[in-house]
Amino acid sequence: MSKISGTIVVDTERCKGCGLCVEACPKKIVEMTTKAVNKKGYPYATQKDSDLCNGCTACAIVCPDGCITVYRKKWKEEE
Amino acid sequence: MTKENIIAPQNIVYKKPSLMNDSPMHYCPGCSHGMVHKLVAEIIEEMQLTDKTIGICPVGCAVFAYNYLDIDWIEAAHGRAPACATAVKRLWPDHLVFTYQGDGDFACIGTAESIHAMNRGENIAIIFINNAIYGMTGGQMAPTTLMGMKTATCPYGRQADLHGYPLKMTELAANLEGTCYITRQSVHNVAAINRAKKAIRKAFENSLSGKGTSLVEIVSTCSAGWKLTPVEANKWMEKNMFPYYPLGDIKDTTIEKQ
Repeated sequence: MSKISGTIVVDTERCKGCGLCVEACPKKIVEMTTKAVNKKGYPYATQKDSDLCNGCTACAIVCPDGCITVYRKKWKEEE
Repeated sequence: MTKENIIAPQNIVYKKPSLMNDSPMHYCPGCSHGMVHKLVAEIIEEMQLTDKTIGICPVGCAVFAYNYLDIDWIEAAHGRAPACATAVKRLWPDHLVFTYQGDGDFACIGTAESIHAMNRGENIAIIFINNAIYGMTGGQMAPTTLMGMKTATCPYGRQADLHGYPLKMTELAANLEGTCYITRQSVHNVAAINRAKKAIRKAFENSLSGKGTSLVEIVSTCSAGWKLTPVEANKWMEKNMFPYYPLGDIKDTTIEKQ
């Protein structure tokens, strides 16, 4: 059975921690850091440790600063 | 499938448009300007018009737009972007000329320039960011501020007898003969952003094919001016701004001409 997996890479230094990506993610797997901040002092977006991401790009489309790069790969599950 | 296996250049499905450079944007976190900048960059890239586009910056929050998108820009005097765009478009009729203005620039100090440029039917595209407040100067009342909305210069809320009514520039523009495409969009979620992208693309195509003036109003948020978080600001906009500034196409003469 073929599956689609995705992941995101966040430019953490460019991120301003607005949280719009957290709201936009349909799988609710993007979160803001609570203890770490970037050089400017903003919390930044990270992806939760989860394999639910399917690379739908919703988080990246709503990002005002274009910090998020989305990767998507189709693969076959081995029996 | 591990994360390392997915992260490869051939698997990229979305990245920052290459026209948008790496200089950090001065906008507040969650500002709608970022989304619209990104849309403009994506559309110019898709239309392959990087060398044939001239943008006119306003005065307002978007005053530094020329720092972020690698196309040709002119910085106009406050409110005079449509007048400036008129000159550029008349000298370079085969170029894409667009102005990028806020409500203070387009609907207040530049109302005369805006209306007369649209009435002359100049072949330019106007992107009008309406966030119902003066963002750059610190949240004062704008002509587009909603009734009862509190700002720094109307702390008890906007009142009709004292401040007049919110100005619907887009409806006003639809009554002018020179305009060909008038629409109001928003960028508060993915679907709205996709619709706004189509609208801006259409406006740019109209500018190139010389059909008349196109105006794309983007109802947007000003989380710093409204004193809300970006997520709350989007909800506030949906609840309060959309009833007064309904989204959708208001005028489109390009369909009839075909």
